[in-house]
Amino acid sequence: MSLLEIAHLSRNFDGILAVDNISLTVEEGETISIIGPNGAGKTTLFNLVTGTDRPTHGEIRLDGRSLVGLSPDQFASRGMARTFQHGRVFGNLSVLDNVLIGAHTRRKRPHNLVAELLAALLPFPSVRTDEYRLRQDAEAIIALFGERLTPRLHQPASSLSYANRRRVELARALALHPRILLLDEPTAGMNPTETAEMLEFIRTLKQRGLTILLIEHKLALVMALSDRVVVMDNGQKIAEGSPEVIRTNPQVIEAYLGHKQHQRDVAAQSAQAQVPTEKPLSRLAVETS
Amino acid sequence: MIQFLRTFFDQTINGLVIGNIYALTAVGLALIFGVGNLINFAHGSVYMIGAYVGWVCVTQWHTPLPIAFLAVIIVCGLLGLLIERLGLRSLQNSARIAPLLATIGISFMLDQTTQLVFSPNPQSFPSPLPTTRYWIGGVSIGATDLLIAATGLSLAAILFFFLRYTKLGWALRATAQDREAAQQMGVDVNAVNQTAFALASILGGIAGMLVGIYFQTVYPTMSFQAGLKGFAANLLGGLGNIPGAVLGGLLLGLIESYGVAIFGATYRNLFAFVILIAILVIRPAGLFTKKRQLPPEPLTGTFTPNNKLVRIPPWLVGLGIALAGLLPFVIQSPYVLQILTNAWLLGMVALSVTLVTGTAGQTSLGQAGFMAIGAYTSALLTLRLNWPFELALPVAGVLSAVLGTLLVLPAFRLRAHYVAIATIGIGEIVSQVILNWDNLTNGAMGLTNIPAPTFFGPPVFLPREIYWYSLGLLLAAALIQWRLLRSALGRTWRAIREDDVAAQAYGINLNRYKALAFAVSAFVAGLSGAFTAHMYTYINNETFTNTTSTLALTMSILGGMGNILGAVVGALALTGLPEVFRGLVDYRYLIYGLALVLLIRFRPQGLLGTE
Ligand SMILES: Nc1ncnc2c1ncn2[C@@H]1O[C@H](COP(=O)(O)OP(=O)(O)OP(=O)(O)O)[C@@H](O)[C@H]1O
Ligand SMILES: [Mg+2]
Repeated sequence: MSLLEIAHLSRNFDGILAVDNISLTVEEGETISIIGPNGAGKTTLFNLVTGTDRPTHGEIRLDGRSLVGLSPDQFASRGMARTFQHGRVFGNLSVLDNVLIGAHTRRKRPHNLVAELLAALLPFPSVRTDEYRLRQDAEAIIALFGERLTPRLHQPASSLSYANRRRVELARALALHPRILLLDEPTAGMNPTETAEMLEFIRTLKQRGLTILLIEHKLALVMALSDRVVVMDNGQKIAEGSPEVIRTNPQVIEAYLGHKQHQRDVAAQSAQAQVPTEKPLSRLAVETS
Repeated sequence: MIQFLRTFFDQTINGLVIGNIYALTAVGLALIFGVGNLINFAHGSVYMIGAYVGWVCVTQWHTPLPIAFLAVIIVCGLLGLLIERLGLRSLQNSARIAPLLATIGISFMLDQTTQLVFSPNPQSFPSPLPTTRYWIGGVSIGATDLLIAATGLSLAAILFFFLRYTKLGWALRATAQDREAAQQMGVDVNAVNQTAFALASILGGIAGMLVGIYFQTVYPTMSFQAGLKGFAANLLGGLGNIPGAVLGGLLLGLIESYGVAIFGATYRNLFAFVILIAILVIRPAGLFTKKRQLPPEPLTGTFTPNNKLVRIPPWLVGLGIALAGLLPFVIQSPYVLQILTNAWLLGMVALSVTLVTGTAGQTSLGQAGFMAIGAYTSALLTLRLNWPFELALPVAGVLSAVLGTLLVLPAFRLRAHYVAIATIGIGEIVSQVILNWDNLTNGAMGLTNIPAPTFFGPPVFLPREIYWYSLGLLLAAALIQWRLLRSALGRTWRAIREDDVAAQAYGINLNRYKALAFAVSAFVAGLSGAFTAHMYTYINNETFTNTTSTLALTMSILGGMGNILGAVVGALALTGLPEVFRGLVDYRYLIYGLALVLLIRFRPQGLLGTE
């Protein structure tokens, strides 16, 4: 049995099929990348697989058990951890607190509401040992990023650099001790040095046996890390295979190049209208060549 | 049967006439929500001012009706421009809750000014129209009904024409549809906002004047209900949807009219609030549209501004507590002690609101509802069952926690400023239930002879004993809250405040933790309400009003959201300052309103910073 099975998953936004009949199986320990042009539906697929959004159709099974219809927090407590494309750290919480929130599902919590209040109010020894254990673990995870985050342990996340905020987000996801880690463009907005560092980091995670789903536009990174690559376009899966196969797949090249031409047109238009485009439209161009 | 039909037709006419007025109010709110994405709480005050302007013209200056209309249009139009300037434009880059709070502050100021100028008492507004009634097939219609219908229809026609066929109207519609796109196409968004506010305020003012003529009375507190009802009507039709607002207004009028015929006049206000909550919870997009959308991804949570916390060393806090404890030995004046007792009791409410709003990010404007539950529980337990106060007090807190949480439960699926609206509605529902549940609460007559507080001994009467008692309760509440904030629970609450989507994605069950936050909050507010009841020995449905809720929120903003010490400092400042400057006591609510507006604008993080 595969760890994760996605079957015929679709999401319809008022007529736009953002995810269109996607099926995918993920084995334990695999790293799978999902690539595709802007608007292909990659993030929507992640939203569905982590419960942030609900599919219009289709199945998601973890260890053969269906997850559809559960709330996002139940997805998390079954071992799904994600990062967000545009970064969603808790700005006014310290780096350590951000990571400790990631460990929420591992905390020993009474089921009873009153008991949980009392546990918060009175420092029972068991509560304190648990807190200590999680804190040690959180600091160890933060230390994986070398000297990037450790000196900033007690600073609010909003005071960090962009790259550091992304690291905090990754650390927070790791604190959940996930069975599947879903990374949505972890290197977006990072410079080449930072990107290389992130690549090494993810490689370490992979070597430790973590199962990873990765959305990335930087193809070099995708090629270096993935066991398998899934290509999406217009909500559909247009190709799947090993990095070598994908690199040479004519359909993939077409999808990218076609979009590239289209994007040039859009870019030209928007330049005329002096609209600042939110995303750099050219970022695919460099990496596919 | 004939009789029934006649009543039915009469109620239908009544409902449509009142509905017409609600529609006018709702259309204004819809216009403003459409272009400014703002729920304008000052709208009810504009409506009230419109009523007063009409009243002054007609009964004091004896002008003809058209002149009165003109005066309402001018005054309310200008008021709309002013509100746009203060409530919206200067707050363009703040969190979306900021303009909402600012308009609440503005509404405080407008209401208070009206009270100061015209006295808080209702003024009679004899109808300037002939009182003959026309009989059409067994149904009677008065001149006022016709005036309201005619005004409503012609204003609707004018508005339709304006939006459809003028350039500004087009710009307004474009902005409502997509602000960014409109801006890029060269639409002057400020001009559009000003137009929308002026138009909306004119409609609201005319509605107020018509209502004054219809019920033949005007009074300053008519504003709050009107604003909330207009909002309920607007929500029925879908927020920001103008034709929807018209339909929603008529529908609300009909429901109210039939409801009053069936249940009785004291129920009049309950329907709107129940509808408000029901729609918010079941169909937040209104009756006529359905949408399922994901919230957008923000970069970080934006409710609380990023800021530096002002650190107060523990010894200073200890010193402050010691001074507060020793004060009655120095100051014996019962008046001063009473004021400070009020500050401590309001401080508890500020603590309760700072927990849900500041720490857990769920803006609550309904704390008075929790206070009322606590007050009635404790009063009834001691009065009817002869329970000792020491036992009734904690039970009141617990019942307030349980009932309060259950009441807010349906609103847990709401986000940002919708929570604020829902909690206002819940506070109102509590007060309406108290008003109508005669057997238990004695309705508007209230409960009298509530026994004085006791502390394992004889009744506590002396001002300084009451002072210490309330101070003790405040400190206990603060201690509890302090422990909670330092625990994992506090961290979880803050995470929800910062970004609920991310929090949930990391396994936090939002409903569970919102329930815990509201439970603790309602517990503390309930204790404060209960103690207040025994201190005053008298309560009724108007003892704990939305004004108290807003005041408590203002106090917590003043001190710094989520900041325990801040809540106490805020309560002390807002209760004490008007007393220090003796001349200001009459103007206190004016000051509270002003404080709220200025804080939101210039120091949203409060005195001590957000925690
Ligand atoms: N909440 C939503 N409501 C309506 N449409 C949406 C929503 N979210 C996404 N879409 C649409 O679904 C499509 C897929 O979007 P998605 O964000 O999944 O793309 P993506 O592959 O992640 O793109 P990118 O590389 O830009 O991140 C787009 O056309 C987008 O406009
Ligand atoms: Mg994406």
